[in-house]
Amino acid sequence: MNLSETVNTGYFFGLVPLLVFFPIAGMLFNMIFGGKMSEKAIGTVASAASGLTFVVAVLLAYSLSATHGELHQVFLAEWIHIGELQLDWTFRVDTLSVVMMLVVSGVGTLIHIYAIGYMHEDVRFKDDVRRFRRFFVFLNLFIAMMMILVSGDSYLMLFVGWEGVGLCSFLLIGFWYDFNILGQKSTENAEAGKKAFIANRVGDFGFLLAMFTTFWHFGSLQFDAVFESASHHPDPVVISAITLFMLIGVTGKSAQVPLYVWLPDAMAGPTPVSALIHAATMVTAGVYLVVRSAPLYNLVHSTSYIVAMIGAVTALFAATIAVGQYDIKKVLAYSTISQLGFMVAAVGMGAYVAGIFHLATHAFFKALLFLSAGSIILGMERGHHHLAHGHGDHDDADAHHDEEVFDPGDMRNMGNLRKQMPVTFWLYMAGTLALAGIFPFAGFWSKDEILLDAKLHAEHYPGVYWLLAAAAFLTAFYMGRQIWMVFFGKERTEVAKHAQESPPVMTVPLMVLAFLAVFGGALNLPGSHALTHWLEHTIEGVHAGEFDFMVAGVSTVLALIAIGISWLLYGKNPLKAGQIDPLKKPLGFVFTGMENKWFVDEGYGAVIIRPFEKLAKFLSIDLDWNFWHDWFHNEVVYAGFQGLAKFLADPVDMGIINAIADWLAEITKRSSEKLSSLQNGFVRSYALSVLVGVVMILGYLLLK
Amino acid sequence: MNQADFYSLLPIIVLTTWSALLLIVDLFIDDKKKGITAVLAAAGLALTMGLTLSQTGQTVIGFNGMVILDGFSTFVNTLLLFSGLMAISVAYGYIKRRGIERGEYYSLILFSIVGMMLMAQARDLIVVFIALEMLSIPLYVLAAIDNSNAKSEEAGIKYFLLGAFSGGFVVYGVALVFGATGSTAFAEIAASIATGNAETLLVLAGAALILVGFGFKVGAVPFQMWTPDVYEGAPTSVTAFMAAGAKIAGFSALMRVFATAFPDIAVDIAPVLAVIAALTMIVGNVAAIAQKNIKRMLAYSSIAHAGYILMAFAAFANPALRDDAISAGIFYLVAYAITSFGTWAIVISLEKEDGKGLAIEDYAGLGRTKPLMAAAMTIFMLSLTGIPPTLGLIGKLYLFRVVVEAQFMWLALIGILTSLISAYYYLRVIVIMYMKEGEPETVSESWLTFTWGAMAVLTVVLSLIPASLFAWASGALMK
Repeated sequence: MNLSETVNTGYFFGLVPLLVFFPIAGMLFNMIFGGKMSEKAIGTVASAASGLTFVVAVLLAYSLSATHGELHQVFLAEWIHIGELQLDWTFRVDTLSVVMMLVVSGVGTLIHIYAIGYMHEDVRFKDDVRRFRRFFVFLNLFIAMMMILVSGDSYLMLFVGWEGVGLCSFLLIGFWYDFNILGQKSTENAEAGKKAFIANRVGDFGFLLAMFTTFWHFGSLQFDAVFESASHHPDPVVISAITLFMLIGVTGKSAQVPLYVWLPDAMAGPTPVSALIHAATMVTAGVYLVVRSAPLYNLVHSTSYIVAMIGAVTALFAATIAVGQYDIKKVLAYSTISQLGFMVAAVGMGAYVAGIFHLATHAFFKALLFLSAGSIILGMERGHHHLAHGHGDHDDADAHHDEEVFDPGDMRNMGNLRKQMPVTFWLYMAGTLALAGIFPFAGFWSKDEILLDAKLHAEHYPGVYWLLAAAAFLTAFYMGRQIWMVFFGKERTEVAKHAQESPPVMTVPLMVLAFLAVFGGALNLPGSHALTHWLEHTIEGVHAGEFDFMVAGVSTVLALIAIGISWLLYGKNPLKAGQIDPLKKPLGFVFTGMENKWFVDEGYGAVIIRPFEKLAKFLSIDLDWNFWHDWFHNEVVYAGFQGLAKFLADPVDMGIINAIADWLAEITKRSSEKLSSLQNGFVRSYALSVLVGVVMILGYLLLK
Repeated sequence: MNQADFYSLLPIIVLTTWSALLLIVDLFIDDKKKGITAVLAAAGLALTMGLTLSQTGQTVIGFNGMVILDGFSTFVNTLLLFSGLMAISVAYGYIKRRGIERGEYYSLILFSIVGMMLMAQARDLIVVFIALEMLSIPLYVLAAIDNSNAKSEEAGIKYFLLGAFSGGFVVYGVALVFGATGSTAFAEIAASIATGNAETLLVLAGAALILVGFGFKVGAVPFQMWTPDVYEGAPTSVTAFMAAGAKIAGFSALMRVFATAFPDIAVDIAPVLAVIAALTMIVGNVAAIAQKNIKRMLAYSSIAHAGYILMAFAAFANPALRDDAISAGIFYLVAYAITSFGTWAIVISLEKEDGKGLAIEDYAGLGRTKPLMAAAMTIFMLSLTGIPPTLGLIGKLYLFRVVVEAQFMWLALIGILTSLISAYYYLRVIVIMYMKEGEPETVSESWLTFTWGAMAVLTVVLSLIPASLFAWASGALMK
């Protein structure tokens, strides 16, 4: 792959197609040979494919820094050449795309490794070992698609990756399509996948409209060409339309209000999927899209404000819901929505570096949290398994299925797990502190930068700061609540007492992530601003903000207060088995709302889904079947056609055409009989015939 | 008689000698073992065919220009010898079954073929007449060979009377031409006409009368009247031979005479040929519809096919198309000979000893009882109609192309319309075979089975690769 160029220049830009081809190769290898390979081999191949992708990303980062962050475009193949639309498959290597490549492939590789351990047990608990290979095939495909997304040089190529990761998301949410989250036979998981897909379709529709408008107005979909003509002819109406349409796509993919509803359900997928796709990488694609389109968003302030407000509102809204959740992954899911809100708010305010910074640190600590949560869930499963089979002593599959339904992810079933799972506990603590924004963990620096920008731009973006600050307070609170409920107090179930720690194949990647969660802030420490300077090459007009002790102080104090309150509520008097949440009493219906996600799903059901179903029913039964089929088709078309056919058949065809044909046939037949009757058998008649012929021929020849 | 003379007629001389000897040898063959005579006759034909093929590509004029050996004669003679072999193949079991197996049957076929071959090689009107008589007289005898059967006798005598009648016209025509040009040799006649020395009216009258003679032989309207009666009355194996052999000989003579002796009056003759062709196609096809006897139906069918070949020949007035017309004509003769022999073989298979089993209705149920035979019959009927994938279609294709190129659009139109009519009676045979209940009795006789089987395969296979055969026909040019 352009190896000679690599050798000649000493840089590795020519290797960029490998970003896509390594994971594709891993996928194909497992698809073709995986059937005869052991689980370990399959996992190793897939992880190696992802790891090699990371290596390529590192080489690209090195090359880019050595060439002063200049944009490199690597042409791979001609793609679409129709009329004005001239698009090639070109890879775009700039500082922004490389950051995304590093995060995606780096975190992705760690999750691949973790998944070897996780899926081994998951498929065992669900009695279906054949799905192990399928999981890694999907995972590799996801990495390939994500690479296409971040490396594309045009909106359309980005869209290819966008749709590709959407597909992988769908496939992996519904990975256990024949189970529900409790392991019973059900279509719930499949429906969760469907929900994600449909919600994303709505967003994709917006993205498509944005692309159509872009092409219609600028005549291109290639990034530089679009931005170039946009800066020359900044038509505010058109650019507002494009950016707002694009925002619809962002709210879909990055789970913002109002399209966020799919993400909590997406937790139906195996936990590595939740960590990789629905926390660290895919859902940040919307943020990436806004940053990539920064030249457009910079041109229209009103849209930027809408973007920022959507992000801020989402951040707070999702945080309130997270407070009322009991499922360990659901809390993290709403937390993810909330944190994505932070990023979207940041990029909306033009704080692109802060957004990308938080994107990266969030990828570290949220992946860490999810994977640790997965470790906890599996630890609970192991405990459950141990109890179920400890008494019976023999592996009785029927007994396994008959037992009481147990939810290994429900925090009310846990308690005091730090004793059983100390490693996971410490890892989880690192993630929690990072997420809560405690100094000096990674989340502190990135979240602080966003709050700082919100504060600085408060006059242009009023309200954003307060919403985000409140969300940050709640973040610390719900994380505190989770820690106390899961790791402290007394075991609320027998299972919690028998929970077992996870193997190193799972905990070692977590340690790497924990390291990043702790020290990830170093990417863009005040003073050095490494990330800012790195992204300067790609995003115009970014500048390092100054560290503000006021902002940092306030947010830290808020976080500590929140954790303190959570200790008072959940730590000081640990929740007992069967006890209702202590917040329920003081908050009343507010907490009921939080518990029930503010009834948004129900609201969508009442406002959109049920009317839509009614409309569909009306269209299919009343309009299509009764009116169109029964009445129009049967009565009008069918009867009319029959009448016409009868007319054409009887009077026209039989009466005229057939009569002519019959008449012709009759004539032929009669002449045939006449001719035969000439054949009277007498030689004299025959001779006469010859003679007549002779006379006629001679007559003609001699007299003409 | 020098060597060239001898060489030019070598196959004919060999075959004549062979037939004469066969008559004598036959005397010593037991009546129960006349099959030996058949085999010997076939051997003679095969030997002659080998000799003929060995002469491929050579041109020799012999006997002071009275005969010629050229590509055309080689091609036609090969086809004639093939017809002779087929005639023996279909006759072998049949005449035994009908009780008319006599040694002279085979000798007569051989003699007739000698006449036919001489016809193809003739280069002088006198030779043409001699050849005509040589091929006709054995046929008269063969038609009447079932002398215990009144119908066969009637066929023989009718054929003889009308043949003699039309033969008279030929002689008269020859005389007129001789009177006008002072020669009977084709080359000299043509030269005389070209230089304007000849009395045109006399030449035209003479040519017309000669045309009548050949028209009689090939069964063109209005000289076709004998055909149904003779075809029906003659033993079927003889009919099969007549249908193919006599037609090939008649057409080859017609082509030879009119292309080499009368090329300069072609413009005058062509309209006459065109009208005769049109009438022949119409009468043959229309009259066939009413027939209930398969032999009569095939007789009218053979008249119709003579019309198609004549149609191409009408195009010979255009010198640029002459070669195309001749090659299309002889290609069609090949197609017709193959299909016709196959059809007759099946007719013979169904014919019973008392002459029953010849009604078209007797074929009902053949599709069920003899699926292979019915399939072969279907192929032959399709080929006669001109439906793919059969040789009949290819033959018609070449013919119609020539006719259209010669600007005889009305003639091509009649050809197509009459083909349409022909579909009625050909397809009716298929319908009766497959869709009507019946228990047809068939005779299983290996040479018959071989004939219809091989002909069916040839009909289909050659239609898929017609180019090489047509290239051979195109190369068979007259010198």
